[in-house]
Amino acid sequence: MKIGAPKEIFAGEARVAMTPQSATVLQKLGYECVVETGAGAAANFSDADYREAGVKVVKTAAALWKAVDIVIKVRAPEPIEVKRFTKGQALISFIWPAQSAELLESLKEKGVVALAMDMVPRISRAQKMDALSSMANIGGYRAVVEAANNFGRFFTGQITAAGKVPPAKVLVIGAGVAGLAAIGAAQSMGAIVRAFDVRPEVAEQIESMGAEFLFLDFEEDGSGSGGYAAVSSPEFREKQLELFRAQAPEVDIVITTALIPGRDAPKLWLEDMVAAMKPGSVIVDLAAEKGGNCDLTVPDEKIVSKNGVTVIGYTDFPSKMATQSSTLYANNVRHMLDDLTPEKDGNPVFDMEDDVIRGAMVTNAGEITFPPPPLKVQAIAKPPVKTVEKTPAEKKADELAAMRAAGAQQTKLLVVGGIVMAVLGLYAPASFMQHFIVFVLAVFIGFQVIWNVSHALHTPLMAITNAISGIIIIGALLQVSGGGWFVSLLAGISVLIASINIVGGFMVTRRMLAMFQKS
Amino acid sequence: MSFGLVQASYVAASILFILALGGLSNQEKAKRAVWYGIIGMGIAVVATVLGPQVQSYWLLIIMVAIGAVGGTIVAQRVEMTGMPELVAALHSFVGLAAVFIGINSQISPPPEIAGIIQAMDLMAANADMAGGVAAVLGAEMAQQMSEFGALIIIHEIEIFLGVFIGAITFTGSIVAFGKLSGRLDGKALILPMRHTWNIIGVVATFILLILFLNGAGMWALIPMLLIALAIGAHLVLAIGGADMPVVVSMLNSYSGWAAAATGFLLGNDLLIVTGALVGSSGAILSYIMCQAMNRQFLSVILGGFGGQNGPAMEIDGEQIAIEADGVAAALEEADSVIIVPGYGMAVAQAQQSVSELTRRLRAAGKEVRFGIHPVAGRLPGHMNVLLAEAKVPYDYVLEMDEINEDFPDTDVVIVIGSNDIVNPAAQEDPNSPIAGMPVLEVWKAKQVFVSKRGQGTGYSGIENPLFFKENTRMFYGDAKDSVDALLQRIS
Repeated sequence: MKIGAPKEIFAGEARVAMTPQSATVLQKLGYECVVETGAGAAANFSDADYREAGVKVVKTAAALWKAVDIVIKVRAPEPIEVKRFTKGQALISFIWPAQSAELLESLKEKGVVALAMDMVPRISRAQKMDALSSMANIGGYRAVVEAANNFGRFFTGQITAAGKVPPAKVLVIGAGVAGLAAIGAAQSMGAIVRAFDVRPEVAEQIESMGAEFLFLDFEEDGSGSGGYAAVSSPEFREKQLELFRAQAPEVDIVITTALIPGRDAPKLWLEDMVAAMKPGSVIVDLAAEKGGNCDLTVPDEKIVSKNGVTVIGYTDFPSKMATQSSTLYANNVRHMLDDLTPEKDGNPVFDMEDDVIRGAMVTNAGEITFPPPPLKVQAIAKPPVKTVEKTPAEKKADELAAMRAAGAQQTKLLVVGGIVMAVLGLYAPASFMQHFIVFVLAVFIGFQVIWNVSHALHTPLMAITNAISGIIIIGALLQVSGGGWFVSLLAGISVLIASINIVGGFMVTRRMLAMFQKS
Repeated sequence: MSFGLVQASYVAASILFILALGGLSNQEKAKRAVWYGIIGMGIAVVATVLGPQVQSYWLLIIMVAIGAVGGTIVAQRVEMTGMPELVAALHSFVGLAAVFIGINSQISPPPEIAGIIQAMDLMAANADMAGGVAAVLGAEMAQQMSEFGALIIIHEIEIFLGVFIGAITFTGSIVAFGKLSGRLDGKALILPMRHTWNIIGVVATFILLILFLNGAGMWALIPMLLIALAIGAHLVLAIGGADMPVVVSMLNSYSGWAAAATGFLLGNDLLIVTGALVGSSGAILSYIMCQAMNRQFLSVILGGFGGQNGPAMEIDGEQIAIEADGVAAALEEADSVIIVPGYGMAVAQAQQSVSELTRRLRAAGKEVRFGIHPVAGRLPGHMNVLLAEAKVPYDYVLEMDEINEDFPDTDVVIVIGSNDIVNPAAQEDPNSPIAGMPVLEVWKAKQVFVSKRGQGTGYSGIENPLFFKENTRMFYGDAKDSVDALLQRIS
């Protein structure tokens, strides 16, 4: 089957759904690859690069649609593109089915099998095709770069001969993938980073990135399903805004990434907070496409508020880094095709039993298959129950108790051992007891000596004890003479095998020990 | 050589053996320790041969010579990776020798016992002759008789025990050898009613012992020998491959007890001392191994996996493969690397390549260390020996307890052919068969690469959630080929 990536026609979109690198892998899956001429130009992939990777380059979008069975795209198809589909063709791209009922309807009428990259369920198996995460990662990074670009100071604090520079304070709202990426980028540029999220379980992730988690003292878990946030109660929202209001005069840069699936972005950075910020501060609103988290955000634009705060509402951060985002997106798409092609024979299998494929599929065979049924497996583990740390005093008490138990155990053993000895001594003849004393003492010496053997030398220890257990040769030696031919034969064989044991054991031990060396 | 001189040599040999074992407490002393052992053995053998009881020197010299040549060949031919098999095979020799000596001493009792038997016969005859006349002497003689009787009974018990332990050691070691060398299936063979079989065997042995004590002679000894052989084989067959280190050290212990039993049988203190040393050493090693795996010693010995209640945790996710380029790139960037080798490294003979990789990475200024689990491989200390063979200096080969805290600060962990010892299920899944076993916490590192032949489970047959973790990448292929591929990319 043939897979084709057209040039994106959405204004300003620089990404492309197939890179020369991903095309090579797709060909290994048995697919033939096609691109529209100039499709990768904005992302720095030339037609020549594609040709070198074995990709056929066609002149027009229409020709591409005619040539291929599967169309892969970044943006959801425009009406003009939808028209080009024929029945049974497949589409893989961002679709946003919840917000674009019309598009779904027209795809259904065309009989297209449409897989939405944005509907891939968030389970660990599907992470490799989670394009939302890979794009969000880029968005978060780019947001910090944009903020730095529009911010008149260093991020890192410095003490120079020309004066002291305070570090920039960055507040990240919403610690999803984009938020965490932003935290990481800002942190590595030297800023002081704080972050907030309604889901308490991400506190650990925020702290792991080196940021400070702004703790909100309120009993509500803002986690929705699939690791996303849910809508919060009005009381909670009030508390939250209070927290932000307190932060506003302090912070220099605010990066908002708060989104709730299938809804407009919640307004979290209100006008009065912008007003409270210092002039020259920057707000980057990554939720601009869904209306923005900030009151002042204008989608796709950068504005400056009355008090000199820059509010950036660009919606195309990933597209601004087209080479990187195309590479990652193309890989996500190619992982999806990998899963669709279990036989690696270039024939996709749309397995409706597969949670990932079923989740991503929005139209199939003239039907709308959105929304998908709930996942069969719950992907996110319940937070672990915290164990109570023991205080030093308790630990000490435990240790003491353990010592006492061990002592009691030992006493018991000694008493039992003593009784056994006494019984033996009562009944066994003296000559046996003599040997027995020797035996018991030897066992004790053995125990004492072996405990000190270092772990690394356990194998040589085995080899040497093995050699030493060849001492049984003495028994055989004593029996060789006298007692008839049969006894001599058995004793002779015993001497033979015991000598193998002794010589072999010692030589192997020496060989092994010779290898141990210090650097 | 007089009897006293022989005894003196035995004392010297015992002390040398103790020093030999004690010397293994560190690597430097260990080399000297082996010499103590060799000299001790030399003194013991020469003293015995020159002692009053031995006459037929020619047979001895031939036998010892053949044995020495055989031992030398074996010791020089064996690969370091074949060490577990060799040790197991050698144990079987001790077991067999113990069986032979036991049978011999039943056929032709050692001098003291032979003397006692004669004396008893004499006294019995005397008693008949004297009849009621010697009433005064009667009590004294009766006491003498009962003491002699006790001696004979103890002697017979010793024969019986010596043969029994020897036989179990013999077949057990042979089966262990077969499993370790791959000639037998490594999986645990679980017969229906296996515990019943063992109990029947032990009960039958006990009945045979009573018969033996009542004079059944060979007619009781031989059936018991057969039963013991069967028990030995069955015991080890029922133990799964993952528990092999315990089995090998347990057999080591048995071989010691067999030697000690022979010592009692012959009234020879050197045999008793040495056997006890070896026996206790093996017992402690087994105990240490069991601790390391958080297993009850008894449940390992009795075979099979115990204590699994409820289904194992579902593993969600997928094993993501990576090529050598990716691993090499990650290694180039890493500052700290920990390598966790396992049996797979031994099988693939990859230790030399791993050593070379370590050398190059260290030359590039990276911190490279080894994390060794106590039960990695099929023998206690197996990995240490292999790494030592490949000239990895032992001061950066660390034990589990020494290195476990360092994983969170480590950039890259390379797991080479180990599975169960890095299985997070031991900590995370209370229903896992290995729950509670201490493991190397490799998954806490930033990145984990697992070099593995294929997608199969480990020796224990347990699924490993590590392979499905987000920071884990699977580096499929033979361990040696994989590491060699890395070497081509890292200079």
